[in-house]
Amino acid sequence: MSGAVRFLLDGGVRSISGIDPTTTVLQWLRGPERRCGTKEGCAEGDCGACTVVLGELVGGVVRLRAVNACLLFLPALDGKALFTVESLRAQGGALHPVQRALVECHGSQCGFCTPGFVMSMFALYESEREPPTRRRVDEVLAGNLCRCTGYRPIVEAVGRAYALGTRDGVSAREGLAQALAGLARERALDLEHGGKRLVAPRSLDELAAFTAAHPEALVLAGGTDLGLLVTKEHRDLPLLVSVGEVPELHQVEESATHLEIGAAATYSEALPALSAYHPSLGALVRRIGSTQIRNAATLGGNVANASPVGDTPPALLALDASVVLRLGAERRELPLSSFFLGYRKTALRKGELLTAIRIPRGAPGREFRAYKVSKRVDQDIAAVCGAFAVEREAGRVRAARVAFGGMAAVPLRAVKAEAELTGRPFGEASVEAAVAALEEELKPISDMRASAAYRRLVAGNLLRKFWLEVAGPGAGEQGGKRPAEVTP
Amino acid sequence: MSHDGRARPARPGSGTVHAPLPHESAEFHVTGEARYVDDLPEPRDLLHAYLLLSDRAHARIVRLDASPALASPGVAAVLTAGDLRENGIGPVPGDLVLADGTVEYCGQSVLAVAAETAELARRAAHRAVIDYQDLPAVVTVEEALAADAFVLPTQVMRRGHPGPALRRARHRLSGRLSIGGQEHFYLEGQVAMAVPREGGGMLVHSSTQHPSEVQHLVARVLGVPQGAVVTEVRRLGGGFGGKETQAAPIACVAALLAQRTGRPVKLRLDRDDDIRFTGKRHDFLVEWEAGFDGEGRIQAVQLELSSRCGISPDLSGPVNDRAVLHADNAYFLPHVQVISRRCRTNTASNTAFRGFGGPQGVMAIEQVVDEVARHLGLDPLEVRRRNLYGGPGRDTTPYGQKVERGALPAILAELEQTSDYASRREAIHAFNAGSPHTKRGIALTPIKFGISFTATFLNQAGALVHVYTDGSVHLNHGGVEMGQGLNLKVAQVVADELGVPLDRVQVTATTTEKVPNTSATAASSGSDMNGKAAQLAARAIKVRLAALAAEELSGRAGEVVFSGGDVRCGKRSMTFAELAERAHLHRISLSASGFYRTPKIHWDQRRFHGRPFLYFACGAAVSEVEVDVLTGEHRVLRVDLVHDVGDSLNPAIDRGQIEGAFVQGMGWLTSEELWWDEKGRLRTHAPSTYKIPAAGDVPEDFRVSLRQTPNREATVHRSKGVGEPPLMLAISVFHALRDAVAACGDGRLSPRLDAPATPERVLLAIQEIRARALGQDQGAAAS
Repeated sequence: MSGAVRFLLDGGVRSISGIDPTTTVLQWLRGPERRCGTKEGCAEGDCGACTVVLGELVGGVVRLRAVNACLLFLPALDGKALFTVESLRAQGGALHPVQRALVECHGSQCGFCTPGFVMSMFALYESEREPPTRRRVDEVLAGNLCRCTGYRPIVEAVGRAYALGTRDGVSAREGLAQALAGLARERALDLEHGGKRLVAPRSLDELAAFTAAHPEALVLAGGTDLGLLVTKEHRDLPLLVSVGEVPELHQVEESATHLEIGAAATYSEALPALSAYHPSLGALVRRIGSTQIRNAATLGGNVANASPVGDTPPALLALDASVVLRLGAERRELPLSSFFLGYRKTALRKGELLTAIRIPRGAPGREFRAYKVSKRVDQDIAAVCGAFAVEREAGRVRAARVAFGGMAAVPLRAVKAEAELTGRPFGEASVEAAVAALEEELKPISDMRASAAYRRLVAGNLLRKFWLEVAGPGAGEQGGKRPAEVTP
Repeated sequence: MSHDGRARPARPGSGTVHAPLPHESAEFHVTGEARYVDDLPEPRDLLHAYLLLSDRAHARIVRLDASPALASPGVAAVLTAGDLRENGIGPVPGDLVLADGTVEYCGQSVLAVAAETAELARRAAHRAVIDYQDLPAVVTVEEALAADAFVLPTQVMRRGHPGPALRRARHRLSGRLSIGGQEHFYLEGQVAMAVPREGGGMLVHSSTQHPSEVQHLVARVLGVPQGAVVTEVRRLGGGFGGKETQAAPIACVAALLAQRTGRPVKLRLDRDDDIRFTGKRHDFLVEWEAGFDGEGRIQAVQLELSSRCGISPDLSGPVNDRAVLHADNAYFLPHVQVISRRCRTNTASNTAFRGFGGPQGVMAIEQVVDEVARHLGLDPLEVRRRNLYGGPGRDTTPYGQKVERGALPAILAELEQTSDYASRREAIHAFNAGSPHTKRGIALTPIKFGISFTATFLNQAGALVHVYTDGSVHLNHGGVEMGQGLNLKVAQVVADELGVPLDRVQVTATTTEKVPNTSATAASSGSDMNGKAAQLAARAIKVRLAALAAEELSGRAGEVVFSGGDVRCGKRSMTFAELAERAHLHRISLSASGFYRTPKIHWDQRRFHGRPFLYFACGAAVSEVEVDVLTGEHRVLRVDLVHDVGDSLNPAIDRGQIEGAFVQGMGWLTSEELWWDEKGRLRTHAPSTYKIPAAGDVPEDFRVSLRQTPNREATVHRSKGVGEPPLMLAISVFHALRDAVAACGDGRLSPRLDAPATPERVLLAIQEIRARALGQDQGAAAS
């Protein structure tokens, strides 16, 4: 047992023990630490007022990432450096360039969201040397809500910070790398307090053995969904096993036949490979949550928690992805289409883990698109997700995949619609027949995100849009392009 | 006129007023040092409270057994309605601290617990046994109208003879429009910390826009004199009207639990509870009929404005009055009748929200004007222009207030030109002709917004200024800093008045101990009123100091000049600090209070007639949007706006208000949707389900221009209130979306689009207009 979380804060090592392992970093900061610069705006990772930055060693280099402290359990800090808004002032009290820029650009009004913006901007500024495009700024700030300013001055402040120059943070990070290396641990972190336990193994074998022995353990990856059980549902979670510290599970492997994403790889870690695999897959992933969420959340978690409105399952279904599972020493691979059994039910056996997602390389000429429709472009849960793929041969569709999220109790392949497309020319007639087939295959519900009628209409229209984009008249031109994707 | 919020060249004698200085707390904001109520150092024996909310829309409480809660670990006190000596709160009767016998909306407070931690309080509260017997619930405006359920009597405003005028008109149209409400979504949720004082007194730190009302209501529920209660407010993490009345129950519960336990108590609602518990912007149902000539000039209008008020009047009376008072917006309506129905529903009591009913009134008349234009095949801008106030006999509102000549036509003309409206409309037409799956739309809408509280007595403010012997200045006023830069603006006024650098003026927390009986910081009047009051206080001290300076510098009081931290008389001068020190030695008071009442205004509520507003603030915006015809998704491509800020006290702050209000208004009309389920439960009670605009929703091409024409009225430095009016500039986005949907029809049909224009509503409106166009084609083919 190694019962203390050790991390860096303000240049010193903090060692925290005797604390409920499901205490969030935000609760710890605002509670026992009385470090109140970090705010709670929603406790569900949607407003960004609690944004903090984590520093960690990746391949010997310090990498910074912004995360939501409200969803992050304290043990996730182990071995890392924590930066909060209070960390930014230089010795002598000078403001960090992002802070100065916000002041100069009138980027704060009520100021409550400001520390969160500061931290998102700090992570960007310290990680990317080139001034960002407007689109990149929107991406970085999508997880920070401001109700006062209308954002224009904040966006402007990002540019101003880069113009202000001097970045003394970089040299300081060499010392940081050393300090972080000193925190590395060989054995699992095992914390227990008040009847709650969290274990964070360091290897896949150790992890698989633990979950096989403790099938009741909840598997914790990014915690962006699981954390809500604590912050929103106020549930006691007696036993958690974290997959985040298992290096094998962070691997992203590209081969001639497959792209394989380790189950603990965050969206941010997987994004370059996913974008390279297909730009439409990259574009979809960039609309999942926000930068803070993508810096913590995982593709594995999105699949394993089997939400009917998960963003990636439809795309993965359309790409014939499979899941790699592990129970104890036993490894098996299952097509994703056999993985989802019912509402939040999967083919995972007791104690079995999802370790990777394998996406086969498609046949040359395969067309693929994934679409997400929601009330707001960024940081929203889909009303409908649609993903489609066709392989054509001699003017006819050899194979078709039509998959949806938000249209049934599980992410779903619409096999009747697929059948209507298969063996025929990819044209308006077969597309309309497939749209008609969707009518009986899809069972959407009405809720706060959309009515069943709208979901139905959009599902068919997304299939039409796919056809228009890849094969319809004027394919490849602007017609039918999602407004949000039109770059000015 | 200045663009981009830059200041005009400095004028002699005013180093601080009119300068684009940064927010007084900007450095505290960016470093996290700015303290909000939940950040204050916690007293050692602090208890944390939890408010248990009803999960029923309407039900009788058959059984309420709080004893399991009281017996739970760490619990110090439990309150139910039966424990209260005074349960009634609210600006007008109808609101309760805790539900008594029945619950009337899902989210109403039923029981309060104080315990050692917030989590213990929460767990204990949920152990209370509550049995409900459901009663029929009225949730929507339509249901309330059908049930004749109203919180207040119906109000009518009439001018001329709208009925006969409608019948005489060459063209007549009618329609209806549903406008959704809006959650404030201030980033800092409702919170209060009550600290008992000796002798039964209570200090309440509250996140409120209305410290005096919190003080008065806390005194009432505690059964102590108002003088025994102090409310203190340093800053709010956003208010937008949502902390005008809604903060009081939170403060009252904290104070009641503090009184009962003798210990300090903090109550902070989490986001979900905050949204379920508190009122919002009123949803409106608009039914209209208009008569007009072939040029699109409106001759008569009848409007019925029915709003969802929730379970009690709260501020619904004045909110709906303001909707009526803005149902003309910028247009002269010769014959007009507006009927305002205030519907009682089993939902949280709706309340103040930036614009205070004005936005809904403006939406109503803009819909009429737009429909008239489409019916006649005219450009909506042309019809808007033709109906503007101005010209002989066309300058008086239906309620009898004169509209200043010239401002609106000038703003429209300027904006039409600078935004390139005409050529862009042509370009959009061409784009749409060649783009079957993406359509664009453009619209220009004006705004004229009345500044002052409609309840005349609220238009008063106080301030307290002290000068210390080192020449530093302590400023306190009755307004609340909620992000709008009020403290800075008032400090600029005082620094200017005393001729000292701004950093010599220390603004402190608003407290009812220093300035009593204040009005809420609301109605865009914060700097108008508090700025004036503070100016008068500073002037009183200055007059005393000038007399002394004249003696000390051997001159005449009339020649003494206060500037740059110095006091000059002729060629002699001394520093302001030296003068303050001298004044003290001469036993001259260095402290003064100031009091201001807005002049000229009067209002006859019974006749719905008078001059409710000191002046109007005007502006206009052009928005261009693009719509995906297959999904209804849309985005704003470009916005140009001009807004009239008078001689701005601080153009950078004003630009922030304008942009922020615009984006907030855009959210109201596009992505922000309140959704109740079949049981009357609000299901959009967190940012995961309630979508305010994010950075990416704001157009990259956003051109903001401040029109800085000095106010004709003698406001503080001839500035104008700016908090609310620009919110309504976002109505141009809604009308641009209508324009894009119209492009999916045959070009003449008017879209049927309600607000908020979510992708769903836009797509369904596109389907509907296409079906209508097709029906007309088929009808034409058949005949």
